[in-house]
Amino acid sequence: MKDSLILAGIEKRYGDAVALQATDLEIKAGEFVTLLGPSGSGKTTILMSIAGFVPPSAGRILLDGQDVTGLPPERRNFGVVFQGYALFPHLTVNDNVGFPLRARGIRGADAQRKIDAVLDMAQLRAFARRLPRQLSGGQQQRVALARALVFEPELLLLDEPLSALDRALRKDFQAEFKAIHRQVGTTFIYVTHDQEEALTMSDRIVILDRGRILQSAPPSELYERPATEFVARFLGKSNFLRGRITRVADGMADLQCPALTSRVSVGRQDALAIGANAVAALRPEKVKLQRSEAPADGCSATGQVADITYLGSVIDVTLALADGTTLAATIPAGALALSEGETLVASWAPDAAILVEPDVERGA
Amino acid sequence: MSAAAVASSGTPRGERLYWALLVLPCVFLGLFYVVPVINVLVMSVTVPRLGLSNYADLVANPAVRRVLWTTVRIGVLTTAITLLLGYIVAYALVHTSARQRQTLLAIVVASFWISVLIRAFAWVAILQSAGLVNSALMGLGLIDSPLQLVRNEVGVMIGMVHYMLPYAILPLYANMSGIDRSLVPAARALGATPAQAFRWVFLPMSLPGLIGAGIIVLIFSLGFYITPAILGGGKTIMVAEYISVQISETLRWGLAAMLATTLLASVLLLVFWLSRFMDVEAALRK
Repeated sequence: MKDSLILAGIEKRYGDAVALQATDLEIKAGEFVTLLGPSGSGKTTILMSIAGFVPPSAGRILLDGQDVTGLPPERRNFGVVFQGYALFPHLTVNDNVGFPLRARGIRGADAQRKIDAVLDMAQLRAFARRLPRQLSGGQQQRVALARALVFEPELLLLDEPLSALDRALRKDFQAEFKAIHRQVGTTFIYVTHDQEEALTMSDRIVILDRGRILQSAPPSELYERPATEFVARFLGKSNFLRGRITRVADGMADLQCPALTSRVSVGRQDALAIGANAVAALRPEKVKLQRSEAPADGCSATGQVADITYLGSVIDVTLALADGTTLAATIPAGALALSEGETLVASWAPDAAILVEPDVERGA
Repeated sequence: MSAAAVASSGTPRGERLYWALLVLPCVFLGLFYVVPVINVLVMSVTVPRLGLSNYADLVANPAVRRVLWTTVRIGVLTTAITLLLGYIVAYALVHTSARQRQTLLAIVVASFWISVLIRAFAWVAILQSAGLVNSALMGLGLIDSPLQLVRNEVGVMIGMVHYMLPYAILPLYANMSGIDRSLVPAARALGATPAQAFRWVFLPMSLPGLIGAGIIVLIFSLGFYITPAILGGGKTIMVAEYISVQISETLRWGLAAMLATTLLASVLLLVFWLSRFMDVEAALRK
């Protein structure tokens, strides 16, 4: 396939410390892939390996079937948007954007035409003669993006490009990045620790933690069917039902917890033993609350309302269960008049709870 | 109430103390610095007689012309060599590990502590015909007869560059530490080779540091006295040594005053002219 990027077993160690465990990842041409994870998860290490700044300790990077592992950054023809933009303070917007062309020996009218085109796309034409310090944060961000796209790179790498902007501006840029991605058709590889950015923009999200990929899937699949406890917690909110497996049949299992028993969807986990300890993730918005009896399928729990948080369109309710654990539910505002302390029945569809791989103990 | 609060409260008493503290050093400088300097200026047009005859020597006297030319030549060359070497050291300081940087900075600063006199004599010992450098080179069979490394311009410049290096390194280092470390990688990612990234990004951004360090080194170099006097061995004479000879040996005070005034005026003009380039620094400040 044209321009597909393949990471084959790339790994990064610093002495004994492993920044990135052997990782395989394939990115299709034109895809918008987000590497999402907390700091120290290895997402920036992957990006900087692709860019050519961090030589992997092992493994290969292939672009379009060609091994680029040993190439210096300037020979890779990838656009990079750095955290903090890294604009050249002594050059005007026009010259900043023209820099990659100058480095490629493209000069004169030819270069200016390309610069003007990309400045138009980024709505920066009016600021061409300004220096970076005379621009707002959002405008600087646009210059960085224009500069990384002006030479029509095969790949655009973005390292937390929105982390310096305020919330409202970040939202605008999410839409803008998506639009530009659609317009130029270049592969985008985007690194962030912000789950909202990842969910709104990406074709696919790769979730990392402690130097390894936990799951790689489109946003909706990642949200609906998280593979591990970490993924379920990192992307959105989740309840975790902890108990023992009592029955397995047809992709479903029965999970017996101290305060409740639920049917759960087995999800990705194939080998399940009766009596084994297991964890299931249950999104709060899948939990329904009522005053009446529990439904017959048995996915329910009874508890007292411990906390009510009004969020406008929805209400977050925390139920205290009999065993001392809590269950969070998000229900439409106005659906039910609630008061703290009252006893409610929570219920959910049998396939709403999904078995996930439990977290490995951190540290040790 | 704390002492700081009293001082900052701006009471008349606090303000008087503030002015008193300012006036004392001003009076001191006026009496012992400004007045003598004016005296020198006056002397240059009054001794031995009223008029500009001393200044005519700048053109008419071949000895004066030779000394001035030597001074300018050595000053400019010393500055150029010092900037080049200092730039390399400062670049290394900025790019090395924090630990190595501490050691290197300590070495650079330590050279401030050694007296200029001791350093000049040490260089004589190292560079003379039977000195360390010549005997090593001859021992290795690289040369047959000793190189003339001292009592000439080469020796003077070696000594001066050595003395001036910290004065170049520290401002350059300060300037380079202020350059965003992500800029050169950004240039590389955008397609620039290491040499292009340096030429188009790092070098222009370190230009204010180079100009600042250049001014300091050049001003010091033009008025250098002890190092050229010792390492020049009376053969390579710069203006400061020449002035000293006119004052204490030939007793031509008018000529000495004229040369001192010329030196002072040149330096002031130089600073004024170069400071216009220092706007570059303001332009680069984010």
